[in-house]
Amino acid sequence: MGKVEKPGQAVREQALIDQFLADNVLFLGPDPEIMHEHDIAPIAELEREAMRRESDPAVLALIRDRLQAGANEAFEMLEQMGAAPGAKWGDLITGVYTASGDLAVSSAGGVLIFASLVHHPVKFINKYWTTDTSVGVRPGDAFIHNDARYGNIHNTDQSMMLPIFHDGRLVAWAGATVHEGENGAIEPGGMPSLAEQVYEEGLKMSPFKIVENYELKKDLVTFLQNSVREPKLQYEDLKVKLFVCRRIEERVKSAIEEFGLDAVVSALRGGLEDTKKEVSRRVSAWPDGTVRSMIIADGTLRENCLIKINLALTKKGDELIFDFRGSSPEFANRANNTLLSSLKGMLCQLFLVFVWPDLPRNQAVFAPIRVITDDKSALHSSYTTPNAQSMMTFFPAFTAGQQAVAKFLYGCPEKFTKVIAPWHNMIHTFIYGGITQHGEMVGNLCADLNGMGGGAHADRDGEHAVAPIFAPMADLGEQEMNEEEVPFIQIVSKKLMKDNQAFGKYRGGQGYEMIASSLGSPLWGFMCSCIGSKIPSTPGLFGGYSSPTYPLCKIKGADVFEVWKTEPQKFEFSIPRLMNERPFKGASYTSHHSGLQFEIANRGDLYMITQGSGGGYGDVLERDPELVIRDLEEELISHETARDIYRVVYNPETLLLDRAATEAARAAERKARKARGLPYKAFLKQWATEEPPPHLPYYGSWGEDRSTIYAGPFAGVPRARMNAAAIQPVYMPNPKDVKIAELERRIQMLERGASV
Amino acid sequence: MKVPVTEYLEIDLERELWLCRRCGHEVGPARQAYKEGLLVYARDPAEIHKPILDPALYEFTFAPDGKWISILEYYCPDCGVMMETEYLPIGHPPLNDMQFDLDALKAQWSGREPLTEAELAGPDPVGMSQHHHSHKQKHEHGGR
Repeated sequence: MGKVEKPGQAVREQALIDQFLADNVLFLGPDPEIMHEHDIAPIAELEREAMRRESDPAVLALIRDRLQAGANEAFEMLEQMGAAPGAKWGDLITGVYTASGDLAVSSAGGVLIFASLVHHPVKFINKYWTTDTSVGVRPGDAFIHNDARYGNIHNTDQSMMLPIFHDGRLVAWAGATVHEGENGAIEPGGMPSLAEQVYEEGLKMSPFKIVENYELKKDLVTFLQNSVREPKLQYEDLKVKLFVCRRIEERVKSAIEEFGLDAVVSALRGGLEDTKKEVSRRVSAWPDGTVRSMIIADGTLRENCLIKINLALTKKGDELIFDFRGSSPEFANRANNTLLSSLKGMLCQLFLVFVWPDLPRNQAVFAPIRVITDDKSALHSSYTTPNAQSMMTFFPAFTAGQQAVAKFLYGCPEKFTKVIAPWHNMIHTFIYGGITQHGEMVGNLCADLNGMGGGAHADRDGEHAVAPIFAPMADLGEQEMNEEEVPFIQIVSKKLMKDNQAFGKYRGGQGYEMIASSLGSPLWGFMCSCIGSKIPSTPGLFGGYSSPTYPLCKIKGADVFEVWKTEPQKFEFSIPRLMNERPFKGASYTSHHSGLQFEIANRGDLYMITQGSGGGYGDVLERDPELVIRDLEEELISHETARDIYRVVYNPETLLLDRAATEAARAAERKARKARGLPYKAFLKQWATEEPPPHLPYYGSWGEDRSTIYAGPFAGVPRARMNAAAIQPVYMPNPKDVKIAELERRIQMLERGASV
Repeated sequence: MKVPVTEYLEIDLERELWLCRRCGHEVGPARQAYKEGLLVYARDPAEIHKPILDPALYEFTFAPDGKWISILEYYCPDCGVMMETEYLPIGHPPLNDMQFDLDALKAQWSGREPLTEAELAGPDPVGMSQHHHSHKQKHEHGGR
């Protein structure tokens, strides 16, 4: 105040300050400008000129097909040569990016979540490393990355990105992303649920240069190998990803040689712009309005609680907005938090896989769609919260979206795939770690996570154990091959369990039982990473029921390999029979939620899990009785289910259907429904509460009001209420402390002579 | 014009009503939540998803926890068809899950023909059709 400034002085001073700050950045964290933007990049001058000079659709289509074939070829190479189990089973993608970093052509199969995620690190490199004299981007370079905060799902996935130059000018990028598994986290296998801080989640590679002159830099490779439990895998897959990127580079260069640079650049950019326009056109055909959906994630993987995922999906004209406000707060010390960019990636592949599978595989599929979240919610978590198990909140968000989208699509004349109930959304598999029969230390996972049951279609049943929600073309792998490398066997594998089904007019595809036991290892252990043990994770559609809930079962203290030698008749290839009949004397039989932190498994201990069912479609009383009989014949359902759920009457000996009696039984049930159902308003009066009941450990908004967020109560920590605009992260007590406190309480009561 | 919205619900655009697609029952005004015109029953989830493990022995049995959630079943008051299920935490108000812009819907459907059941269910993905071609066509679309 009072100081006289010459005109322009303030501007010059500000420019000096800006320059000083730019020259003296202490830390290049994830750039919000990059991370919050999922639209395609502004058109570059190179692209504008190229599109002006070459716009022949026949030429551009030819080039796109050529590059698509190149991406698919690279995918095959990576799948065949990759050492990571995830690579072998198709949990990867490869692709071609524009010079600006947009993913323009991605391999047709694989993990399509990556399609709208892995452009972020390329854009980071473009923005920060190109002009940095200590880094630079030159022909023959390649960069590595896995930190989700710079654009990824979680840090078990590693990307390599290789710039493609023509006449000294950057014209495109080649990329390959693989679920590598092991990453040196607090637990083996790359997806720690025990991590309470990001620093316990293992390697967090912001994008850095690891290749010069097409050669891996050995000093950095050595550092990375020392940072993980599988040093050989780390090295081998770096090499494989480099060769894959070089093959894509070769394909792009040969296209340039044949068609010219303008044609290739125009094809890449044009493909993105065309896709974006087509998505807007397709959305326009949907009805205008808002569809709401909510999914309760029933745990953090460390404890059970109710984590609300709240969605209002609004369509108006050619706009589509996913509004997730009102969802649970983030968890300060749990790994189930989702970064906003990861959420968008998951939603993108909802459209790529389940809505518009005919569209080109590129990131523009999601470009016109908007996403709104509360800051510091579980779906828009902070830099400091762990995210290795982000799937535990973004899979439910996907499911909320899948259920909502079906309600827009059903009456829409323009559809490109079937209307379906939600796909099973959890990764029921074993993550493992320890010393193999070959003396190697490993940490990774089984491909059974790819065996999710399909949702029921509007006109037929869902497919059993068909594919994961995130990768339609992924494989289950051969268990026998797995057993050659790791010291455990699946005693029961791919066996469908009776009644593990989402019931409906059309039923969900079922999952299968798995019983695993370690053998021939001096040190071995398992983890499991699923929610949905108390509340089903996967709902039905239009009156269909949800999937069941899924526990982890364990039998410990009876070496099953010894049982087979002495009393083989005691063993049953069935989880229910083993658990209910308890045939092994002296063993412990326990069931748990499916969030198992890494635990040592002794020889012959049984770890038992079940793959999940997709959601059911329509009223159970409309299921064709012949289909119910077929399910009985195939032992997919019990007689109780046929009788009590589907209301089918038949001879239980011969399975001969009694149509008239079935119709009568169903008519009686419809009548019973009308007798027991209450008119909506009367029901509401006796059902709805102003806020979550005190006994529910509940996280998120309640009812229509999205502005108040509840958190707790949990294990003596009272319930917090907060404004959605000022969310405080939730801090959960250590489950062992919770258990100790409970045991101490019981001891005290016992000492007082009271009943516990 | 009646526009199907779900397997069991349609909107009569002229009369602005939600209708049951099974029996034609007038569920309620289409500018309000359709659930207001239905019967509701809160069901213990273990009645549908029965315990596969013995509940006397185990806490986690493959059956959902009825202390945490109920299944809200919505029935047509006339024909008793189950139009919707909603798995909700105990006491959580039901969602107003479908709020369509009726005026926009009328404009959108002014030039459209009614859909067949097959069109409502949707097509197989492009290139995946296995049953709708002659043998002559069989080899013409294998490369997608």
